[in-house]
Amino acid sequence: MLAGQKLRIVAMSTVVAAFAVTSGSALAQKKYDPGASDTEIKIGNIMPYSGPASAYGIIGKAQAAYFQMINEKGGINGRKVNFISYDDAYSPPKAVEHARKLVESDEVLLIFSPLGTPSNTAIQKYMNAKKVPQLFVATGAAKWNDPKHFPWTMGWQPNYQDEARIYAKYVLANKPGAKIAVLYQNDDFGKDYVKGFKEGLGDKAKSMIIVEESYELSEPTIDSHIVKLKASGADTLLNFTTPKFAAQTIKKMGELEWKPLHIITNVSVSVGAVMKPAGFEYGQGILSAAYLKDGADPQWNDDPDMKKWIAFIDKYMPGANKADSGLVFGYGSAQTLHKVLEMAGDNLTRANVMKQAASLKDFKTDVALPGILINTSATDFAPIQQVKMMRFKGEKWELFGDVISSDAKH
Amino acid sequence: MSTIQETAAEAHPANIDVPSKKNMGLGRTASWAMLIVLALLPLFVRNFVIFQMTMLLIYAIAVLALNILTGGSGQFSLGQSAFYAIGAYTAAILIEHGGVNYVLTLPAAGIICFAVGFLFGFPALRLSGIYLALATFALAVAMPQLLKLGVIEHWTGGVQGLVVTKPDAPFGLPMSQDMWLYYFTLVVSLAIYIASVNLLRSRSGRAMMAIRDNEIAAAAMGVDLSIYKTLAFGVSAGITGVAGALGAIAVQFVAPDSYTFQLAIALFLGMVVGGVGWLPGSLAGAAFIVFVPNIAEGISKGLSGAFFGVLLFVVIYLVPHGARQGAIYAETLFNKLKRS
Repeated sequence: MLAGQKLRIVAMSTVVAAFAVTSGSALAQKKYDPGASDTEIKIGNIMPYSGPASAYGIIGKAQAAYFQMINEKGGINGRKVNFISYDDAYSPPKAVEHARKLVESDEVLLIFSPLGTPSNTAIQKYMNAKKVPQLFVATGAAKWNDPKHFPWTMGWQPNYQDEARIYAKYVLANKPGAKIAVLYQNDDFGKDYVKGFKEGLGDKAKSMIIVEESYELSEPTIDSHIVKLKASGADTLLNFTTPKFAAQTIKKMGELEWKPLHIITNVSVSVGAVMKPAGFEYGQGILSAAYLKDGADPQWNDDPDMKKWIAFIDKYMPGANKADSGLVFGYGSAQTLHKVLEMAGDNLTRANVMKQAASLKDFKTDVALPGILINTSATDFAPIQQVKMMRFKGEKWELFGDVISSDAKH
Repeated sequence: MSTIQETAAEAHPANIDVPSKKNMGLGRTASWAMLIVLALLPLFVRNFVIFQMTMLLIYAIAVLALNILTGGSGQFSLGQSAFYAIGAYTAAILIEHGGVNYVLTLPAAGIICFAVGFLFGFPALRLSGIYLALATFALAVAMPQLLKLGVIEHWTGGVQGLVVTKPDAPFGLPMSQDMWLYYFTLVVSLAIYIASVNLLRSRSGRAMMAIRDNEIAAAAMGVDLSIYKTLAFGVSAGITGVAGALGAIAVQFVAPDSYTFQLAIALFLGMVVGGVGWLPGSLAGAAFIVFVPNIAEGISKGLSGAFFGVLLFVVIYLVPHGARQGAIYAETLFNKLKRS
């Protein structure tokens, strides 16, 4: 009897010890911060679904659909993504409220792709004080690449200033005697471009730029600005405008029969939303730069990567307008986060997420142009820094030249 | 004998609806209950809820300011966001460029906005009703662009805005920044509330209300129309400026995009929902503009605007006089219960 009891105790304690050892080693492998567990990863997001910038809300919807797709395929390393997205209506105070709600109440692991320069500026200090990743912000301002002061904030897309420097390089190389007119939106977006462009021209900026004209986002039409720019006698137009105004400009220039060397921003290259409404005949020869594929461009129909995107839209966002560049953008950024979380493995701490985000090596999303790779490092928080120049011909953009890296300063 | 009886009966008219003295305020019990709730709640909730409550109080101050203007003197304004913006930028610039203590920025913002509002009140004198609403609306639309002007960009930060440092609790008090800011805001809003109630009960307040009810009659009684109308504008703008300054400190950021005319509409909405002319309603109105958009978004993301509209419609339809109506109903119910 006694021996049997002893045996049982020994057996029990062995089991307990074995259990303690295995669970101990499991704990050592798996590390979690708030928002992550064995079954779930909570991701916060802030988007302007309503208000003046509501057109960008489609990005959040595409991201939500992307994670829905991932969940149906089994999640990331077996964990389901819980994507919590709030509407800030492009209002910074509301963005602060939502960021705090996401971090303190919903307890998300990180905030992903909050949209807009003002909203991100408003929450940047808070996110860095709380040491919560503010990952792949959806704005092209140059200031997000500042790991020294803001180690918890990272951008995603090429920044506006670098893009503008590439245009400056192009003008200097191909039309050194250009008389340049600059049209820009009077906000952070337009001014970033102007700054980058002038820096790119360097000393020649003063002599080459003969007229600068700005307009307000709230203006219904900018026709009068175009008339003024034409009258200046410029032979080159740098058009730093958002899609609606880019379309207006192209159309008006066509009507006025003004045909300068015309460069528009990457933000406004959508075939469906800009070039078609403006009229293809007026858009011939316009230059721009790109890093993402255009969902409405037939040249990608047989591209194996883009086919994945098309299948995704058809299944998870049926009826969505493929010409909307927000769908491509949302997919691409969500895929980048997917990659980062995959790399983080079972170590889902905020610090490790940032570390993995800063160790992307030649990552390629399905929607990036061939040759455009995502690279980051501890001192480089600008994931996409490459673009390709392109020219509008017929009914689509034709890429030309090599992939240009914009990180080389000046 | 009989004459005395008659006069006594006249002096105590039974069952006649006498306008209550407290019609601009809240009953004593209710006031204390509300204050205790506001004072104790932060001890039991998370920091971000405290932040929301701080924003609630700040918007309540701004709604109250509009209430003084519209409910008090009968002038419309859709331009309150402009004064809010001036207050916010005053505080932000003083704190970040001038190194001024945040407490001192409030009176500074108040004074500057009072001056701006008072001056704006002069051209507004010639306008009334919807025309005044349009003129102030223009002010609200122009403000974000004015803030972007290159000339003052050095101070305002232009389109990038200014980041404001959040103050710590003073004297080493063991409370978080959020909680400290909340109590600070509570004290400020309480002071403004009491001052506003007293203002409307005072001689000036009566003059304003006389103008609201009938301008010609008021002028005939010797009320100086231009002085009191511009004064109402000034006071309203000044209080809105203080709210804006508090808002800048709480949000820690000012940018032109924070102060679009949507803010002005929101404040106007808050006043209507709270009950025009009833100051305690400002709190209810502020609660509406802070929380209802979140509720609407919770119902549907794509249709949040539509649901917000539906909720607003329900409120206006059920209680056209806003929270005031609800409060009166609650009060009669409470009295009935007490009697039975």
